[in-house]
Amino acid sequence: MSCALLLLLMSLALAMGTGAAVEIQRPRGVPLSKRQFYEENKPFTCLDGSSTIPFDRVNDDYCDCRDGSDEPGTAACPNGSFHCTNAGFRPAFIPSSRINDGICDCCDTTDEYNSGATCQNTCREMGRKERESLQIMAEITKEGFLLKQQLIHEAKRGQEDKQGKLTELQGSKKGLEEKVEALRTVKETAEDPEKEAKERHLKAWEEQKELLRMEKDKTRMAEAFLELDDDADGYVSVAELQSHLELDPDSDGSLSETETQVSQGQSEPPAPVETPQEESRDFVSDHDSDHYPEDYAGEEEEDVEDDEEDDHDEEEEEEKVTPEKREDDEVSMPPYDTETQSLIDGTYSHLQSLICDPECISICRNLEKEIGFDFGPSAEFAYLYSQCYELSTSEYIYRLCPFNRVSQKPKFGGSETNLGLWGQWAGPEGNLYSVMKYDHGQGCWQGPNRSTTVKLTCGKETVVTSTSEPSRCEYLMEFTTPAVCQEPASLDEVLHGHTEL
Amino acid sequence: MKLWVCTTEEFPHKLSETVSGKLIFVMFTICTSMRQRALKPGQSPYRALLETLELTNTKLTLQLINDNNKVRLLLELYRLQGNMTRVKINELKPLKPRFEVPDVLINNPPTEPLSLLSQDENGVVLSLGADSQWLIVSAKPFRLDIMEGREVLLSLNSRGLLAFEHLRIPLLTALANGLKRTSNPFSLLFPFSFSPPQYFSPALSIGLHEDGMWEETFKSHTDNKPNGPSSISLDFSLPGVEHVYGIPEHADSLKLKTTDGGDPYRLFNLDVFQYELFNPMALYGAIPVMLSHSAQRTMGIFWLNAAETWVDISSNTGSSETPQTDVRWISESGIIDVFIMLGPTPTDVFSQYASLTGTQAFPPLSALAYHQCRWNYNDQEDVAAVDQGFDEHDIPYDFIWLDIEHTDGKRYFTWDPHKFPQPKDMLQGLMDKRRKMVTIVDPHIKVDSSYKIHNEIRSKGFYVKNKDGGDYEGWCWPGNSGYPDFTNPEMRAWWASMFAYDQYEGSMENMYTWNDMNEPSVFNGPEVTMHKDALHGNWENRDLHNLYGLYVQMATAEGLIERSGGVERPFVLTRAFFAGSQRYGAVWTGDNTAEWEHLKISIPMCLSLGLVGVSFCGADVGGFFKSPSTELLVRWYQTGAYQPFFRAHAHLDTPRREPWLFGPENTALIREAVRQRYALLPYWYQLFYHAHHSGQPVMRPLWVEYPQDTATFSMDDQFLLGRDLLVHPVTEEGGRGVTAYLPGKGEVWFDVHTFQKHNGAQNLYIPVTISSIPVFQRGGSIIPRKARVRRSSSCMEHDPYTLFVALSPKRFAQGELYIDDGHTFNFDKQKQFIHRRLSFANKALSSRNLAPGSQFITPSWIEKIVILGASKPSKATLKTPDGKENLLEFEFDASMSVLTLRKPGVNAGVDWTVVLQ
Repeated sequence: MSCALLLLLMSLALAMGTGAAVEIQRPRGVPLSKRQFYEENKPFTCLDGSSTIPFDRVNDDYCDCRDGSDEPGTAACPNGSFHCTNAGFRPAFIPSSRINDGICDCCDTTDEYNSGATCQNTCREMGRKERESLQIMAEITKEGFLLKQQLIHEAKRGQEDKQGKLTELQGSKKGLEEKVEALRTVKETAEDPEKEAKERHLKAWEEQKELLRMEKDKTRMAEAFLELDDDADGYVSVAELQSHLELDPDSDGSLSETETQVSQGQSEPPAPVETPQEESRDFVSDHDSDHYPEDYAGEEEEDVEDDEEDDHDEEEEEEKVTPEKREDDEVSMPPYDTETQSLIDGTYSHLQSLICDPECISICRNLEKEIGFDFGPSAEFAYLYSQCYELSTSEYIYRLCPFNRVSQKPKFGGSETNLGLWGQWAGPEGNLYSVMKYDHGQGCWQGPNRSTTVKLTCGKETVVTSTSEPSRCEYLMEFTTPAVCQEPASLDEVLHGHTEL
Repeated sequence: MKLWVCTTEEFPHKLSETVSGKLIFVMFTICTSMRQRALKPGQSPYRALLETLELTNTKLTLQLINDNNKVRLLLELYRLQGNMTRVKINELKPLKPRFEVPDVLINNPPTEPLSLLSQDENGVVLSLGADSQWLIVSAKPFRLDIMEGREVLLSLNSRGLLAFEHLRIPLLTALANGLKRTSNPFSLLFPFSFSPPQYFSPALSIGLHEDGMWEETFKSHTDNKPNGPSSISLDFSLPGVEHVYGIPEHADSLKLKTTDGGDPYRLFNLDVFQYELFNPMALYGAIPVMLSHSAQRTMGIFWLNAAETWVDISSNTGSSETPQTDVRWISESGIIDVFIMLGPTPTDVFSQYASLTGTQAFPPLSALAYHQCRWNYNDQEDVAAVDQGFDEHDIPYDFIWLDIEHTDGKRYFTWDPHKFPQPKDMLQGLMDKRRKMVTIVDPHIKVDSSYKIHNEIRSKGFYVKNKDGGDYEGWCWPGNSGYPDFTNPEMRAWWASMFAYDQYEGSMENMYTWNDMNEPSVFNGPEVTMHKDALHGNWENRDLHNLYGLYVQMATAEGLIERSGGVERPFVLTRAFFAGSQRYGAVWTGDNTAEWEHLKISIPMCLSLGLVGVSFCGADVGGFFKSPSTELLVRWYQTGAYQPFFRAHAHLDTPRREPWLFGPENTALIREAVRQRYALLPYWYQLFYHAHHSGQPVMRPLWVEYPQDTATFSMDDQFLLGRDLLVHPVTEEGGRGVTAYLPGKGEVWFDVHTFQKHNGAQNLYIPVTISSIPVFQRGGSIIPRKARVRRSSSCMEHDPYTLFVALSPKRFAQGELYIDDGHTFNFDKQKQFIHRRLSFANKALSSRNLAPGSQFITPSWIEKIVILGASKPSKATLKTPDGKENLLEFEFDASMSVLTLRKPGVNAGVDWTVVLQ
């Protein structure tokens, strides 16, 4: 029982069995690459050089070498390893402790030669399956990689656009400032000292009027700016607004004109909107997938579809209502003898309000923020920005909004739970962009704040494939995207690159 | 509403300083405790009526009378085989029977005749056998003294604390109420003088009125006491004794502390949330057995009572007199039935107790390996991934566990259809790896008319009843739950039948069971347990509370045996236990916490259990509540690897902590600890065979083996496994070294890792690193190991043995080798085992059969013999029974005096001798 096996060579069995493969003789469990160290009938020197033993002590089921190298084919050494050839599949090393333990580890059955375990040689079947799956994977990788190139291209353009827009916004601000300066000169010149007395009378009224106007202007201009899109039209409309104001200095009519101009100048959908979220909505509308207003405030329980519908409704309503509103808002003006003066005043104030408009500043900031995101080495993940992806399980609907948040909503009622806000890329060294980490989600009772790890794998589709909660309040999400597809090696290389035989 | 009716304003103040959990436990049962503890030592009102003495072959009976109330008690004295005395006291004519604990003693203990040596009007003297031992019964006041020669070993009622609240009719309440204004009704029962305990104000002794005797109220709970007060008490004095141990379960030091001025040790099975350490509060289990030890003698007191019980300990340590420890037992109901185990050695006491309540169940070998548990492994994929993780990281494990979340809505015996849709596939996957699973089956049953188990229990009338006769219901994991009456043998038989493979759907032979929450836990019950007036047949939960958990495990273990047709040994883990629970499986120390102090306390907690029969003990590795630091986790694995039940477990809300989640270095440390466990499994198995065979604990305090070495008497930071391994785990955060005490003057100990030899009877400072687990093998012992650690213990079944022979200074060593199939009862029923004596003497190591009637064939062989403390021989010859002689090659390490004999190759089951020349 104990020391039965000495140099049982698998080659004979194999050769007889198949009559084809030519196996080079070597002791059991030795890989081809180490064959030369095991020369029959010559003393064997442990591979760490620690000692030399007679060759009949190789694979004699007693561990003589500290490094386990004398027992490549038995379980005698605690630190040994056994080489399975696995013809038809991939060769492998297994720990010596798995030799004759009654469990089939090598698909060629060679690890169980004396345990009574009945193992089937499954190498060919496994090889076939692996080749199939590799093939599928390779195709996916190939297509995914192509998609990725496209994504990179789009992202590059998008980034440039945004950068351009930002620059222009900043530039226009500068331009406005210059114009204000110029106007002030005009204004000062135009201000006739004779009218100073009248002006004093009017001043109180003027101020009130300007206050009202400024507020209106602010709102409308914000709307205008919010229409800014990937393309620079948004800016142009602002420019038109300016020129219009100069060309048609009717202060009462200027705003509706402006609005029209803005509407003409913007991209789909042609409606003024109220919040910065809509800016990003427009940004994502180029893509096919479901989109979702970016939730800057981290607020919970917003329903995308409803929001959008509501928005449209509001837009329509607003457009209908606007003229009336305008009339309502219209200020009945006391008699004026200096229309020009007031025009100048109005334009001046209006331009000033444009410069200092907080919404405009916020747009700039958002653009800066988006541009500042780490969307991968080639910005290939940029397309995920402001998108959301859902997965429905038996109990919950999980939603991943990349670079924003992960959430979970019970299928049959109940409030949504924040599973984490965008934290950072968290892949291992050399593969940083394979894992996303979302943290600081809703707190757990007696536990940590919820967090989610998102593992990214190459796929043609962008889709959440699974979710789990391996540890309480620590979620794991699997997500496929072309953005992580690596340049595919040639299929032949994948299939045969490392195969011995 | 009065929060607490039998106490006063002062007591709640004392309580409010304690944490809430403690508050609960002190308060609810304080009435009985207070009445009884209010008794102070003095002259006993009890007198023996010698004229009623009757002596038969088996026992002596004698009536006792309380001279104050004229109530008579009946005393029965038995001399039991194996040097034990049983003292039973009951009412002579109780109004109705009082509860006597069934099913704990394995038989009616065989008696030996008592002989009357002398008798006069003061008492009688009886002979207790050959060892010049006498039992003296003094008549007035009544007391018992057990003598050896002129020395008193133990006295009963020497402090006059025998008390027996006889059953009476509630009419007395009215009477007592009438008397209340003029006198203390309590004086009807205990009219002798007593001084109030120090925590009562003097005025309070008057306030100690009838309240609480017929009804107690705690928070919103009212305990109806239809039988009125029924408590009992007795004191024991132990002259010459300074150390007492046992009465688990408490999170306290091994050596029991005096309770003067504090709370008594409480025995009342409770589901305690986040228990406190160094505290006499009741925990999940109760074993009313105390051991006393001095350099001269070891004795035991087994107080067979399953009601709530308190133990007070006082000692005169520090005074100039002869040391003495006084112990007082109080129980809420039942009778006095006490077994005095007279030793005189620790081994004798273990055998004596084993002869009464049985021995440790012999577990399947794999149950001694490593268990991976968590609340919860989420689904089949999770189980498969964890299983795979162990293989990927080359860490062995044998069992993976599923907690309550695996069920369909906490309906035990079912599976969550989404998470575990194919349990048999999962179990088959584990079986393919020669691994096993444990699923949890708790005793609370969801009240749900679509649940088969509930419907059957209800229709058969098997539920515990409330005081009004309806099914008792309480809140537990599934919501509203019923509690099967496990005290009913028919219920237990039915329960056992539910484990049949065709009843427990999805179960397979590699699936075993865990009984949790069997105190029982009732979330909305008083102190999170069952109402004391709930009914088990004719008996109240009050009478048998501490037995419930034992019965649950008993029925479950029986189920696992039955499902295999009586072939396979069961494995059942329980949280609640009582005396005798050792017969049914393993226990663990419940819901501990991931803190260093909890790691440390695991040692005395398991040592205490081992002393009173329960060898198969462990604590949750890593700590259940909270999340351990990596260092704590590693140290806990290292400690747990050398404790009997080795299972990692974690609370649902804690981060995952499978061994490979803490970086490769820590993975390697944990792997090494687990591998050490696996290599040592032959020794563990042999120790459990002995525990099963003779009741000797597996994990032992040092004093058990060095009973005269007073330095060891209070030690509980290190322990022995069997006789031969001494373990001093590192349980200090940032520990740089430990000081281990190596006992035995003239003995030597060998570091099992380095083979360094150390002298006995010294404190040895051992510098440690994070990889150190200080373990020493006693010189004079032989320990078998299996060096080929594989992914599960089953995979190692046929592997060869390595023998570690550690020579004594006289160049002698002895050990054993026990082998059987590892999982069936064939070792017992068909004597299919190998049990061999290994001995080294006169430069020869030999293996001889210790069990000539046994028979077993093993393919295992002797791979290597390592002799520690050896000198270099010129040759080594192996002689086998066929007369053949073979020269063995060997290596000799002169620096450590280690001789390694290469590959004897002889079968482990045969006779052989190796001669060194």
